[in-house]
Amino acid sequence: MTDTASNTPVANATADRARAAELSAVGRFLKATELDTRMLGMVGALLVIWIGIHILSGGLFLTPRNLWNLSVQTSSVAIMATGMVLVIVMRNIDLSVGSVEGVIGMIMGVAQAEFLVRVIGFQLGNPWLWIIALAAGVALGLLIGAFQGFIIAYMEVPAFIVTLGGLLVWRGMAWLITSGRTVAPLDATFQLMGGGPRGSIGATASWIVGVVACAAVAFALLNGRSQRKRFNFPLRPVWAETFLGLVACAAILGAVWVANSYPWPVGIVRQYAQQNGITIPEGGLFIAHGIAIPVLMAVAVGIIMTFITRRTRFGRYVFAIGGNPEAAELAGINTRWVTMKVFMIMGVLAAISAAISSARLNASTNALGTLDELLVIAAAVIGGTSLAGGSGTVLGAMLGALLMQSLQSGMVLLGIDSPLQSIVVGAVLVVAVWLDTVYRKRV
Amino acid sequence: MAEKTTPAGTPLIDMRNISIAFGGIRAVDDASIDLFPGEVVALLGHNGAGKSTLIKILSGAYKRDAGQIFVNGEEASISNPRDAKKYGIETIYQTLALADNVDAAANLFLGRELMTGWGTLDDVAMEAEARKVMGRLNPRFQRFKEPVVKLSGGQRQSVAIARAILFNARILIMDEPTAALGPQETAQVGELVRQLKADGIGIFLISHDIHDVFELADRVCVMKNGQVVGTARTSDVTQDEVLGMIILGKCPPGAIPGPGALKIAA
Repeated sequence: MTDTASNTPVANATADRARAAELSAVGRFLKATELDTRMLGMVGALLVIWIGIHILSGGLFLTPRNLWNLSVQTSSVAIMATGMVLVIVMRNIDLSVGSVEGVIGMIMGVAQAEFLVRVIGFQLGNPWLWIIALAAGVALGLLIGAFQGFIIAYMEVPAFIVTLGGLLVWRGMAWLITSGRTVAPLDATFQLMGGGPRGSIGATASWIVGVVACAAVAFALLNGRSQRKRFNFPLRPVWAETFLGLVACAAILGAVWVANSYPWPVGIVRQYAQQNGITIPEGGLFIAHGIAIPVLMAVAVGIIMTFITRRTRFGRYVFAIGGNPEAAELAGINTRWVTMKVFMIMGVLAAISAAISSARLNASTNALGTLDELLVIAAAVIGGTSLAGGSGTVLGAMLGALLMQSLQSGMVLLGIDSPLQSIVVGAVLVVAVWLDTVYRKRV
Repeated sequence: MAEKTTPAGTPLIDMRNISIAFGGIRAVDDASIDLFPGEVVALLGHNGAGKSTLIKILSGAYKRDAGQIFVNGEEASISNPRDAKKYGIETIYQTLALADNVDAAANLFLGRELMTGWGTLDDVAMEAEARKVMGRLNPRFQRFKEPVVKLSGGQRQSVAIARAILFNARILIMDEPTAALGPQETAQVGELVRQLKADGIGIFLISHDIHDVFELADRVCVMKNGQVVGTARTSDVTQDEVLGMIILGKCPPGAIPGPGALKIAA
C-alpha cells in the first residue's frame, strides 16, 4: 500500500471507524450524551469540595440547613455572574457591578423606608412600597448600564476604564445619598426576597416547582428530538436521552427534597402557631422551608439568560462579536448597540442582586456589594468564560458562583481565619483558570 | 475600439470617480469601474494599489469620500455592509471574516438568521440549509456542530463562499478566494465561478495569480497607487502586457487607459 492510498475516502472511512472503535467506554458515553466535559469537570470539582469539607468539618457541610443557606448566599453573585458572562464574552469587563449594587440598594432602601413614607405619604406596609422601590431600582440599573454602555460603545472609552470609574463613582454616590447612614428596617414584603423562613415557598409549592421543572426537562428533550427528526439529523441514542432526563430530574427533585428537609427554627414555629391558633404537638411541629425566594429568582434569571444566549438573535450576536468583532461588523451587525444592550442587562441584574442582598440584610448600607465585582468576575471565569472573549455559558458561571460560595462557607464552618480564606479563594481562581487553559489546549 | 472593449447593456455595477483618503493618503483616487451580468472582472495591482479598498467601498465596509455607485443603472446609497447586502452584493473577504467560535450554520446566517414563529433562532432549519449549500460546495463536509476555528483552511473557505452564495447574490466580490487553498480546492473554486457566471451573477475577482485571472476573468482592471491604470478584455491583451500595466503602469493598445496610466511624452 502506498501513501497516496490513505487519502482516498474509503481508506479514511475505515480509519474513522477504527478510531471510533478505539474510543473507550467513557468516550462512547460522552459522545452519545453530547455532555460538555468541562461542565462535568466543574460538577466533579464541586462534589470533591463538598465531600472534602463535609469530612473535614465532621459532617457539618452536607446538611439540609447548610445547603439551604449556601443556595441563598449564592443567589446574589450567581445572578450577576450570568450577566458578566455576556460582558466578558464580548471581550469587555464590568468592574462596577458591586458599586452599582450598592447605590441601587441604597436608593431602594431610601425609597421604601423614607421617601415614599415621609414625603409622598404612603402608610407603612402598603404593598405599593416594595413594588415602586423594586421598579425604581431596576429602572435605575437599566439607566446606569445604558449610561456606561453608551460611553463604552459609542464614545469608545475602554470598558475597563469606564467601569473602574463607575466603581468609584457609584460607591461614592451610595454614601452621599444618606451621608453614610444605614437605612433600616425595610418593607416586610420586600424582605421576602432575602430568604429566611417566610421568604421561602414551603414544602408543597416546592414539590410543585420540582415536578413542573421535571416536566419541562422531558418536554425539552422530546422537542429537540422531534426537531432533529424533522430534518433527518443524527439523533442521540434513546438510552442517552433517557439517562440525561433521569439525571436532570433526580438533581431537581433531590434539591427540592433537601430544601424541604430544613425545618423552620423552633422559635418561629411557636410564633407562627400562636398567630394561627395551632397547638404544637408532642415532639414539635415540622414546617419545612422549601425553596427560598432568592434562589427561585436566581434560577429564573438563569433560565432567562440561557434562553437569551442560546435562542435569540441578540445572544448569537454577542457570541459572534466576541469571536470576531470585525466579521460581525461586516456581517451587518450593529455591534455598538449590542454592546450597549449587554451593559444594560448587566445593570438590571445588579439591581436584582441589590434587592436580594439588601432584603437579606434587612437594611441598606453604603457598603452593600463591596468587592462583589471580583466575586462575580471570578465566578464567570471559573465557570469557563474565556477572558479572550467568545466563549462562556450561563450555567457554568452560576456553578462557578456556587463553587466559590461553597469554598467560602466551608472555610467558615472549618473555622479558618478570614485572611487565610482570601488566600485560598485567590489561589483557587488562578488554579482553575490554569486548568481551563490546559484543557483548551488539549481539546 | 472602445465599443469592442465593453459589453453592451446596463451594467450591474457602475462605480464612478470613487475616492477615499486615510489620513492624507489617497488610497483610491478617482477610480471608475463597471461590471456586467454574467461577467468576471479581475482587479489586479500591487499590494497597496487600492484594490481591496475600492472593493470594500462597494461592500459597505468603508465609506467613500467622493464618487457615485450605480446598481442596475440606478444610483445606490451604500454606507454599511447591510446596505450592500440589500442590493445583492455579497463579499468573500481575504480574511474570510468568520466568527471562529460559532459553527458553520451560525456563520452562514450571521446577521440574517432564520427565526421560528416565536421569534427565536431556528437552528434546526439553519443547519438544514447549511447542509444543503455545503453539500453543493464541499460534499464531504460533515462538521456542522463544531466551531469553525476547528476546521481546515479549505473548509473555512467553503464556509465563507457558501455564505456569499446562500442569499442569491447578484454581485459577488471575491478577495483572494484561493489564497488558502490547495490545487484541488482552487480548481473547485474555478468551477464554482464558471457556474455562478452561467447563472448571470457578476463577479469582481481580486487575485495575485495572473494565470487564474486569465483563465476565469472576462476583463481585467489594473490599479496602481490608488488609480486605475487601464481596463481590458483578457482576449485583447497578453499576460506580459498586463504585467507591464501592474509594474510600470504602461497601458497597452488593447486596453482603455484610466487616469493612472503612464503618460508617455508624445
